[in-house]
Amino acid sequence: MTDLLPTGHRRIHELKMQGIVKRFPGVLAADHVDFEVKAGEIHALLGENGAGKSTLMKMLYGLYQQDEGQIFINREHVQIRSPQDAIKQGIGMIHQHFMLIPSLTVAENVALGLKSSRGLRLDLDVVAKRILELSERYHLQVEPDIPVWQLAVGEQQRVEILRALYRGAALLILDEPTAVLTPQEVDQLFHILNQMANDGHALIFISHKLHEVLAISQRITVLRDGRRVDTIPTEGATKRILAEMMVGRPVVLEYERVECKPGKERLVLKKVSALSNRGDLGLKNVDLTVHGGEIVGVAGVSGNGQRELAQVITGLRPTTEGEIFLEGQDITGKSPVLLNSLGLSHIPQERMIEGVIKEFTVAENYILQDHGRKPYATNIFLNFRQVVTRTKDAIRAYDIRTPSHETPVKSLSGGNIQKLVLARELSRSPKVLIAAQPTRGVDIGATEYIHKRLLEERDKGTAILLISEDLDEIRALSDRIVVMYEGRIVGEVKNENVDVNQLGMMMAGVTS
Amino acid sequence: MQFISGILQGRRIIDSLYSFLMPLLAITAALIVAAVMLFFLDASPIDAYEALYDGSLGNTNSIAETLVKATPLIFVGIGICVAFRGGVINIGGEGQMIAGAVAGTAVALGLDGLPSLLLITTSIVVGFIAGALWGGIAGVLKAYFDVNEILSTIMLNQIAIQLMVYLLNGVMQEPSEDGRNRIPKSSRIVEKAQLPRIDEVPFFDTLFGDTTRLHVGFLFALILAFLTFVLLWQTTLGYRIRAVGYNQDAARYAGINVKRQMLISMLLAGGFAGLAGVIQVLGLQYRLQTDGSAVDFTGNAGFNGIVAALFGGLHPAGTIPASVFFGALLVGARNMQRVTEVPASLITAFNGIVVMFVVSVQIFNRRRARRRAAVQKEQSHV
Repeated sequence: MTDLLPTGHRRIHELKMQGIVKRFPGVLAADHVDFEVKAGEIHALLGENGAGKSTLMKMLYGLYQQDEGQIFINREHVQIRSPQDAIKQGIGMIHQHFMLIPSLTVAENVALGLKSSRGLRLDLDVVAKRILELSERYHLQVEPDIPVWQLAVGEQQRVEILRALYRGAALLILDEPTAVLTPQEVDQLFHILNQMANDGHALIFISHKLHEVLAISQRITVLRDGRRVDTIPTEGATKRILAEMMVGRPVVLEYERVECKPGKERLVLKKVSALSNRGDLGLKNVDLTVHGGEIVGVAGVSGNGQRELAQVITGLRPTTEGEIFLEGQDITGKSPVLLNSLGLSHIPQERMIEGVIKEFTVAENYILQDHGRKPYATNIFLNFRQVVTRTKDAIRAYDIRTPSHETPVKSLSGGNIQKLVLARELSRSPKVLIAAQPTRGVDIGATEYIHKRLLEERDKGTAILLISEDLDEIRALSDRIVVMYEGRIVGEVKNENVDVNQLGMMMAGVTS
Repeated sequence: MQFISGILQGRRIIDSLYSFLMPLLAITAALIVAAVMLFFLDASPIDAYEALYDGSLGNTNSIAETLVKATPLIFVGIGICVAFRGGVINIGGEGQMIAGAVAGTAVALGLDGLPSLLLITTSIVVGFIAGALWGGIAGVLKAYFDVNEILSTIMLNQIAIQLMVYLLNGVMQEPSEDGRNRIPKSSRIVEKAQLPRIDEVPFFDTLFGDTTRLHVGFLFALILAFLTFVLLWQTTLGYRIRAVGYNQDAARYAGINVKRQMLISMLLAGGFAGLAGVIQVLGLQYRLQTDGSAVDFTGNAGFNGIVAALFGGLHPAGTIPASVFFGALLVGARNMQRVTEVPASLITAFNGIVVMFVVSVQIFNRRRARRRAAVQKEQSHV
């Protein structure tokens, strides 16, 4: 093997992390972890939230320093004290949240922070030429002169990849890169990654999605509670094996769903339109019906009107046109409090911002909507005995792992916070439940639990609108699936005979 | 599980020790820095601090004077607790105090035919309402027109001062013998409009005797502090105010009327500052007088009350000792100036130093809390 990559940069034949230990006060975030990746390999790093994937990779990228252990590149001991050091060593990282400046062009974003070859004068034309070369080689399809804000999410990600390549990345760390993509974009990304691996790049693919890991990697390392469980070749691995390694116990991957027996129409939207925060029409002419005992999944790439849809139904955003009915009653423009008392519950998309008050205790959060009603309030006073008893019941019933009902919510894990939100929203025995991204960032165990609860609610006759960017989740739970694109519902299918490709096309706005 | 909660219980004791010790540490650090300053002013720090202590806590009278100074700080401070807890940064204590004082004085002067109890009550209630309205202006602007409340309350302070000077030079001015008076001051309120001295209350007469200026307004402040504690932590309204203060989005999603809670917290904060103003007149000064500045009437209580509230952890129970502490500094400074001949403005600087250390301590505490939260989060994963 030559020492140079087709990009002209030094190749990383082999990177080894040995006996890596990272302690945070009171926790071992990484406990003697060994990890290695070779040129031409896509090595997947699999684990739940908090398993230590990000911590490990942050040490590799110089964002944290390990307390013990060593890193070797091509058998040479290296010290990586900062991202600058990492970049110098040929390590690049694609973060979950893109680090691009929207108003600048692709070339300007790539050139940002680099020395110009012409001293004080900008050399954007040189940069642009190089971008085109790289773009062609790896099928990135990136135009240097377009402002970033005009690009779709998948394209922005490719700009990030290009920027890393431009800076000489021989090893690329991708942190949950598929979270924001449509199935087609995922395919395209995998194509690019394979091409890079073929060229001799080393790639680390961080994910918690089993089927993606199985599809793209050659080896898989599973982390749990800061420890490496094992590293196995992808060939011969199955979802079941991987899930068990991640969680440490057998996991249900597919739920048994009893046949859906849709009841009466519970939630009906008729030609509903609404403005987005930007002031344009974020929701256009939406017709939607959800029956009792039915889960309707709303699929789509984020930012295509799902948020507005949830807010319009729950009274948090005014409609500009159309009507909304709850069990036949017109609820258009009614306040959230009233909708609440009519039997509408809402699991908001942004758990930490909209779902809970993180400084409040578990008990205080449990009564967020109902604090002013019986039994939690007697006249103007809070009835603490009732608050505490009922919260304790909920903690038990929903298996919320918390030291006590007086613990501030901010010190719980995402999964437990979401269980608390779920417990609160289901405590009112809702007629209609709007569940937006109910398991995003939630560990497998809690996800499994929440999914089961949602299915139970459905079987009890609740009408559930499930809004999710996770197609797997939509497919696992929904009876019907509608697809949103640019504020419209562009398609509807029954879940039984759904074709994922067709869904993906609809999500990308291609109508057949 | 048992084990973890045991640790957490232990933590709670350490925490309360912490929240008690950190302010003391801040004060000690400030005293040391000020000692260095005193040294360079050729004064003996030991003499100076002795004088500071004598003047503020040395004898019954100085203790009473300290509490007299602390009274408006407590009123303003507990109002600040409500406002800040509700996420509204009220810097308008001065203006709201003045509004309360002007309106309360007007009642005390204009309705002097009423019987004593009714006259005092009416005057206090009107003072509260006036302060609440003055704060409410900023509240409405903030909640419904998205006007920054820091700016609007500071502006309203200026307007209140000018309004007071205008009224004291006009309709509210005390008529003098020749009908012309150049001092902006009102007439003296009648005796039955004056708040009783504290020696008229059983038990307190033995504590303070009958020679001090301490009035029952101080007791009102303590009672109001307790009521405010109940309001914030025991009632549904307090729950809503705190919810909005922490996280407007979550409150809105839960169906809480965010704008209304903001307005209410501003009305209460303004009302409490208004009480500080009217009680300053009815209990201590017996007339409204100014040299054209706000300080001359308020003694900066509208601002120092904010400091006291922050120093007291935005909790009424913490605001009381913090107010007494700052009251003691203010009173003791005068004595220190007499004894050591250092400028009293050193005390203003000293106040500033204390505030700086307190703020640093709070940042320190917050970091510690954040670290703890991170650790607990990891633990709950396991």
